[in-house]
Amino acid sequence: MKFLMLVSLDPTRDQSDEDLTGTLEVEDWVTKYDDAGVRLLGSQVRMAEDATSVTRRQGKLLVTDGPFAESREWIVGFDVLECSDLDEAIKVAAEHPMAVGGRLELRPFVE
Amino acid sequence: MTDATTALARAMADERLRIVASLIRTTRDWDIAEDAVADAAERALLTWPRDGVPRNPAAWLTTTAQRRALDVIRRAGTERAKLAEVGAQQAFDEQGGTGPVDHGVLTDDRLRLVFTCCHPALAMEARVALTLKVVGGLSTGEVARMFLVPEPTMGQRLLRAKKRIANAAIPYKVPEAADLPERLDGVLAVVYLVFTQGYAGAAAPELAEEAIRLGRLLRELMPDEDEVSGLLALMLAQHARRHARLVDGELVTLEQQDRSRWDRAAVEEALGLAMPPGRAPGPYRLQAELALTHLRAADAADTDWRQIVRLYDRLLALQPSPVVSLNRAIALGMAEGPHRGLVALDELADHPALQGLHLLPAARADLLARAGRSAEAVAELDRALTLAPTEHERRQLARRRSELA
Repeated sequence: MKFLMLVSLDPTRDQSDEDLTGTLEVEDWVTKYDDAGVRLLGSQVRMAEDATSVTRRQGKLLVTDGPFAESREWIVGFDVLECSDLDEAIKVAAEHPMAVGGRLELRPFVE
Repeated sequence: MTDATTALARAMADERLRIVASLIRTTRDWDIAEDAVADAAERALLTWPRDGVPRNPAAWLTTTAQRRALDVIRRAGTERAKLAEVGAQQAFDEQGGTGPVDHGVLTDDRLRLVFTCCHPALAMEARVALTLKVVGGLSTGEVARMFLVPEPTMGQRLLRAKKRIANAAIPYKVPEAADLPERLDGVLAVVYLVFTQGYAGAAAPELAEEAIRLGRLLRELMPDEDEVSGLLALMLAQHARRHARLVDGELVTLEQQDRSRWDRAAVEEALGLAMPPGRAPGPYRLQAELALTHLRAADAADTDWRQIVRLYDRLLALQPSPVVSLNRAIALGMAEGPHRGLVALDELADHPALQGLHLLPAARADLLARAGRSAEAVAELDRALTLAPTEHERRQLARRRSELA
């Protein structure tokens, strides 16, 4: 099954914790899981200040700059993972360096 | 009770978990699995008194529950249901269908169920509720009463937990060997939380007994995991003292407990779970050994306090904690004289986690009294009295104060 892995910054995290035990360099992580057929797609994305929000209200299109809501966590990338279950997805995510530098959120696809 | 109801109660006690656990694997539907077993039990109550108790009640219940589950799936009639039906039918066929219960596969299912109910992706509250309901076999109403919440609230909590297992893709499996120690810690934490809730009196005392029952089950399923035996020994050792610890609504310290009021059966069971030689003890094992050292002593004076200090040192090396350091200081005072204990307590005086708690002044009072410094002990008890969180503890401290003043 497919999981969306959202990669976010975490402004509340303890900046002095740089213990990368158990994680890979991001290039190595990408290569490993691309080769294993786990990572189907993924990219860094521009920061929130370059986001554009699109809504329709009473039929009227509204395009605004910036993200939907002021949030304390900023999405900086995403990956789509093909894993057999949540345990496997957790294992994959746990090796990503942003598990230390930020936070990762796993969302299963509705299938 | 008639023969039929006795036979049913026994078969359900032995087999309910195996049947539910295997049905969850084959049907992938927790509600169908639980309902099918409840339905099989109801049918047994109707037919066994009339037709006699089957030769193998467990196999009868298994087969009846499987048929019931298939029926429900068939009647649902959806595409997904059809797939589930094919899968379930195959799984039953592989198991030998109506044949004797295959304990090999089913034992694994029980462990799968335990690890899934205690999965870290579930909220702690959900893990506790699911474990008591599905593994422990309690009714929603029983779990609700134990946690002093309305039954519909508990029903919602269980429903959300089961939905989350499906929606978050939490697998139904025993973790791989590499992940087992960490995941096992998670399972043990759930069981110990159930125990301490019952023990502390924040919820129903039956929870302590449920936790011990779960502990025995885990030990049966994982006999080689010493932390499992350690947790069971720890719970039994604490539970054994329940009637001596709270007498006429008053808390009694370990030192002053009437040891003839200890539950001998629980003491013996706990002592029988001693650590096998040549293992590196984990935190539950060390806490169990601490409790067992107290159980082995005829009274406080007979206690091997040096062994207690050594065990605290090993526990602190694994899990540093100011409260454990405080208990170590008291034990050191018992082993080597109150002065040594007071020096060790002084080293903890500024620890932020102990500020505002009654523990430090109460411990100082204890050691000062032993050193014959009663006036200073009374002053410390006065401080402790203003900080103690519960009425029980305040009364205990006040008693101690009146003995000294």
